[in-house]
Amino acid sequence: MDAFVTHTGTAVPLRRSNVDTDQIIPAVWLKQVSRTGFERGLFAAWREDPSFVLNDPAYTGASILVSGPDFGTGSSREHAVWALQQYGFRVVIAARFGDIFRNNSTKMGLLPVILSPEAVETLQKAVEADPATEITVDLAERQVRAAGETWSFEIDDYTRWRLMEGLDDIGLTLRHADAIAAYESERQPWLPKTA
Amino acid sequence: MGRTLAEKVWEQHVVRRADGEPDLLFIDLHLIHEVTSPQAFDGLRMAGRPVRRPDLTIATEDHNVPTVRGPIADPVSRTQVETLRKNAAEFGIRLHPMGDAGQGVVHIIGPQFGLTQPGMTIVCGDSHTSTHGAFGGIAFGIGTSEVEHVLATQTLPAYRPKTMAIEVKGALPFGVTAKDLILAIIAEIGTGGGQGYIVEYRGEAIRNLSMEGRMTVCNMSIEAGARAGLIAPDETTFNYLKGRPHAPEGEAWDAAVEYWKTLSTDDDAVFDKVVEIDAATLAPFVTWGTNPGQGAPLSSVVPAPEQFGDPIERSAAERALEYMGLTAGTRLTDVEVDTVFVGSCTNGRLEDLRAAAEILQGRQVKTRTLIVPGSMMVKLQAEAEGLHEVFKAAGAEWREAGCSMCLGMNPDTLAPGERSASTSNRNFEGRQGKGGRTHLVSPQVAAATAVTGKLTAPADLV
Repeated sequence: MDAFVTHTGTAVPLRRSNVDTDQIIPAVWLKQVSRTGFERGLFAAWREDPSFVLNDPAYTGASILVSGPDFGTGSSREHAVWALQQYGFRVVIAARFGDIFRNNSTKMGLLPVILSPEAVETLQKAVEADPATEITVDLAERQVRAAGETWSFEIDDYTRWRLMEGLDDIGLTLRHADAIAAYESERQPWLPKTA
Repeated sequence: MGRTLAEKVWEQHVVRRADGEPDLLFIDLHLIHEVTSPQAFDGLRMAGRPVRRPDLTIATEDHNVPTVRGPIADPVSRTQVETLRKNAAEFGIRLHPMGDAGQGVVHIIGPQFGLTQPGMTIVCGDSHTSTHGAFGGIAFGIGTSEVEHVLATQTLPAYRPKTMAIEVKGALPFGVTAKDLILAIIAEIGTGGGQGYIVEYRGEAIRNLSMEGRMTVCNMSIEAGARAGLIAPDETTFNYLKGRPHAPEGEAWDAAVEYWKTLSTDDDAVFDKVVEIDAATLAPFVTWGTNPGQGAPLSSVVPAPEQFGDPIERSAAERALEYMGLTAGTRLTDVEVDTVFVGSCTNGRLEDLRAAAEILQGRQVKTRTLIVPGSMMVKLQAEAEGLHEVFKAAGAEWREAGCSMCLGMNPDTLAPGERSASTSNRNFEGRQGKGGRTHLVSPQVAAATAVTGKLTAPADLV
């Protein structure tokens, strides 16, 4: 995945809560066996409404999504992350995220940033007042900066390091193949095998 | 200090622990289906990596499969299923394809084979993997990157979630099911209430549930935001497992049971959060909105958005009522439905079909009614008991096994504006087909609703 250190871009305000992954990418799009082309399915049902915020030309080129709370609840589909990234988003800011979505995001280098509901509201208002408002999301400093204000956000050191280096989890884990083999040799004999 | 069940199971699976890093957790069982695996296998191929433990991996076809006999008509769905077949063959993974006696919804077949056992770690590229926690293990849904990770390493790096106890005190009133209980819990704590937690369901009402009921409860943990939910194993668990194809036998069974009996939360263990629910206050439950937390007792009315103090909840309720085509103050039992769906990993087991059949026996359905067994094995068992004859005589459709109308990936969908009473797990916008409107209910309420054409509790049937 691409390394993420800091990113500055414009944003889209999504004033909805409980944006489940079925809304981010409807199930019919999950039949694809490739990893590309999901941007066309992003918020597919909502985008049919001309008044939906993503259809507003003022937000063309935005790379940061500022959403209501509980973004990415529901299904584990990583396609939701792929769709957001392929559409051009690098960051999603919300007060709360679905756990699986947040996990999937950090595996792919889409940065989920948790800010307080008040900070989210301030950002949404700033972007609605002036869609050209630039937001800087600084992973190195764990800060979001916009409209003359600065907010700190939390992310664990390990995930931050992995994102900043753009590292592949599998490669990291395979460095511990000996520990895995040692664990396997100690497993209870009655544990089931599929074959 | 004592430990909670979740902490015991977690500690048992730590392969490696280092300061400032997530634990590396061993995975005992990896379940695969056609939707979230193709890109993971592609990743393995590109990196030249094998599947580390095909003997701890099992695959089935469920999300895309049609529930009427015959091939898959949609070429895109067909390609996805064929891709799984190629991948399973190439990487040496056991697969139960359409038409196979072992085929079924991924979360139905694990327990059915006895592959799901107490104290295990189980993952699948599907958020309803929490179902398997009913046996007292840690089971959770993962994304495709993690599917690839587990295929390659049989492990996952993860931070241990916090622990939450949901203590259901007292006994469920007559006519109140496991589905009503979990819908009421989600309405109570909200769709985000469980975020960051593993939930342990405890208390008399939980102990009294069958394994099927416990699976229904754990299945919907994710709808409360919790990645995993679990229930301590007991005699109900052991009786369910004994004699199943992959359950231990003889001395191995005795050794396993001895270990399984240690799998409970110590008396002096402390949960990070405790929620208490009084079972006696519960009643048949139904959702009125577009997330599983927007639910209410069936005997109540569609709520008014102004009732919600929180402005975000209020605007969510406004949006939901508009999407659902409902007016505040309408009695929920006056809401007419077009389709009834009994099935899914939430309520597609034999006990669920028996409950629906008991209500449909000698009655006629007024709506399109799909009865979809969760697996081919469930289908055969139901037919051996004659349940299919009850359904057909009532005018319901008796289908082949699959995810069916739980999500719109196969031909079973709602048309725009159509309304369903569904035993599945999600009432999201468009979940059962674009523009479809979903009310989540128990199999009992689903069957009674099919008879009257309006949301109905079985007790209100003449």
